[in-house]
Amino acid sequence: MNVTLFIPCFVDMFYPRVGISMVQILERLGHTVDCPEELACCGQPAFNSGYWDQAREVAVHCLRRLNRAEVVVIASGSCGAMIKVFYKELFAGTPDEKMAHELSAKTWEFSDFLVNKLGVTDLGAKFPARVTFHDGCHGLRELGIKKAPRDLLAKVQGLELVEMPGPEVCCGFGGTFSAKFPMISTAMGEHKCGLILETGAEYVVSNDSSCLMHIQGLATRQHKPIKSIHLAELLAHT
Amino acid sequence: MTTVAKQFKADARRITRDLRHRGLILTALKKYEAARDARLAKFPDWQSARQTAAEIKWDAINHLDKYLLEFAAKLEARGTKVHWASTAQQAREIILGICRDRKARLVIKSKSMATEEIHLNDALEKAGFEVVESDLGEFIVQLRRETPYHIVFPAMHLVRGEISDLFHHKLGTPPTDNPEELTMIARRWLRHKYIQADVGITGCNFAVADTGMVAITTNEGNGRLTGSLPKTMITLVGIEKIIPRLEDLALLQPMLATIGAGQLITCYNALYSGPRQPDEPDGPEEFHVVLMDNGRTRLMADAEQRDALHCIRCGSCLNVCPIYRNIGGHTYGTTYPGPVGSVITPHLRGLLEWKHLSFASSLCGACTASCPVKICLHHHLLQNRRNAVRAKPVWWEKIAFDLFAFIFNRPWLYKLTKPLGRLGQVFHPLIKGTPLDPARAWTQSRDLPRIPRQTFKEYWRSRR
Repeated sequence: MNVTLFIPCFVDMFYPRVGISMVQILERLGHTVDCPEELACCGQPAFNSGYWDQAREVAVHCLRRLNRAEVVVIASGSCGAMIKVFYKELFAGTPDEKMAHELSAKTWEFSDFLVNKLGVTDLGAKFPARVTFHDGCHGLRELGIKKAPRDLLAKVQGLELVEMPGPEVCCGFGGTFSAKFPMISTAMGEHKCGLILETGAEYVVSNDSSCLMHIQGLATRQHKPIKSIHLAELLAHT
Repeated sequence: MTTVAKQFKADARRITRDLRHRGLILTALKKYEAARDARLAKFPDWQSARQTAAEIKWDAINHLDKYLLEFAAKLEARGTKVHWASTAQQAREIILGICRDRKARLVIKSKSMATEEIHLNDALEKAGFEVVESDLGEFIVQLRRETPYHIVFPAMHLVRGEISDLFHHKLGTPPTDNPEELTMIARRWLRHKYIQADVGITGCNFAVADTGMVAITTNEGNGRLTGSLPKTMITLVGIEKIIPRLEDLALLQPMLATIGAGQLITCYNALYSGPRQPDEPDGPEEFHVVLMDNGRTRLMADAEQRDALHCIRCGSCLNVCPIYRNIGGHTYGTTYPGPVGSVITPHLRGLLEWKHLSFASSLCGACTASCPVKICLHHHLLQNRRNAVRAKPVWWEKIAFDLFAFIFNRPWLYKLTKPLGRLGQVFHPLIKGTPLDPARAWTQSRDLPRIPRQTFKEYWRSRR
């Protein structure tokens, strides 16, 4: 299969290992990987802030370029939801509306793609550690992804998954919300860190780097013993 | 920023640091969650129950013109006086007028968010009437001169000791740590008031169109006493409370009890269809129903968000909301706090003044997933944001997002942000977290990740 990866701007900039791991895994499975260099952002920051015209200006490039792909895979439930769910709303009533629907149908979040499109759960990964999994809100509630990442983790050699109380509780990131209302966002993050620490896990894993950026940023600042790792990076450990 | 938005931020800043508050609310809601989940398991299929409930309310709201007239006609046929109020002021005047005509001195109330919405207690007290809330939680917050903290649990922010102190100071009762004794204190006090009251004012959980009945649900039986002991009963009904058929209650009442309070069914469910009839032994001599719009038809005109009128005020979106859990009910500064309040308040009280509530959300969607009538709450918050920007963009935000679009649409410019970012992070530690720090909103409480030597795109280029 020809897989087109969409690497969101913050993954490109701060978490290249996540993208590199995806490339390695998909190539190991025998697929051809392409990554359009001219694309950087799906437009979500502007969309979530109410600036839909500016969001559309950015999103239209992603839409037209990605729509040429056979299948689009994204390393983030949040950007995945933007392209799969919200583009349809953003482009409603524009000439690109039909294209938004077409793109939605062939866009996948990474773990969902592996498990439910390719039918693969065992990637031969080894990761001897106790981990807990955080469900990113957009992946969970917009895309309905709950089981796929756990199916993948179950097949990782040496890994023990300990569910935290409240894996579905928001970490408090919320994009521009974290900067507009830092006090609320921080309180939510503190609560999340507490839930993670209750498990005694060495790592918190998620399929969304944005949540991990928030959790790790807060844990590091408050000297909490939390290490975070993206699911793709973990699965690339062999 | 508007005054209410500034107040919201200041209150949020204070309360999010209050760890006692955080612990208290989380403990209370943990108990609620356990009870709710046990009762939810009794539904053979909760998701199809939600779908059915959503369809019932869709039918009601989309045919409101028909159902409201049916409801009013049925009530009038049995001697009820039905009043129509377009605004909060009209509703207050109607109710004050009835109280004056009856030469009332004491008004007893059962729990009603609609009366909170129109600040009825203030108006009644200013006009010289004594007003007593009969729901225990409402009674407590009334004694504290506070608004309800939650639409279902008005006093959930208080602990036993605080309630004991309050009763001791306001009612002169001896301090006690025993919850039963505290309840008995309120009960003894309220029993006298029921008997003395000239007018009873209630809210309405469901307005049943086909039989012309007001359905009222309480856990303390206070609704029944309020509705039957005083000679005059007044019920204030938001027009969205309509449901088409009596049989709809068979789903909606257990649903409200389950998702709202973790109960199979609320303890007392009463239906009022009119004043005392000639062959009946008890009941009020007069029954007035005030049907109130107060901005609801404005919300109805918004096809995107009309489903917000499906709300049955169960409070479940508050209970699951991580924002509500951290800032509490009073910080919102609205009658209806939590996600549903953030959605409807801009419609009821003005978008530009209340838009900040729609931005104060991580859009996690827990509210939408919990809503028993399937209101797409967090998407409505997004729509409110868009509408607010359309109505009046914030100048510096507009510049920022114009710049955002400019940069991300020019790959060479985006590429340039990386060396600039790397350079910036060399000097960033000097100003990190200070007012000079452009990333202060983030860095005041969190560390920023670093840009590594090779970004993904640089890796990708090097590979080819």
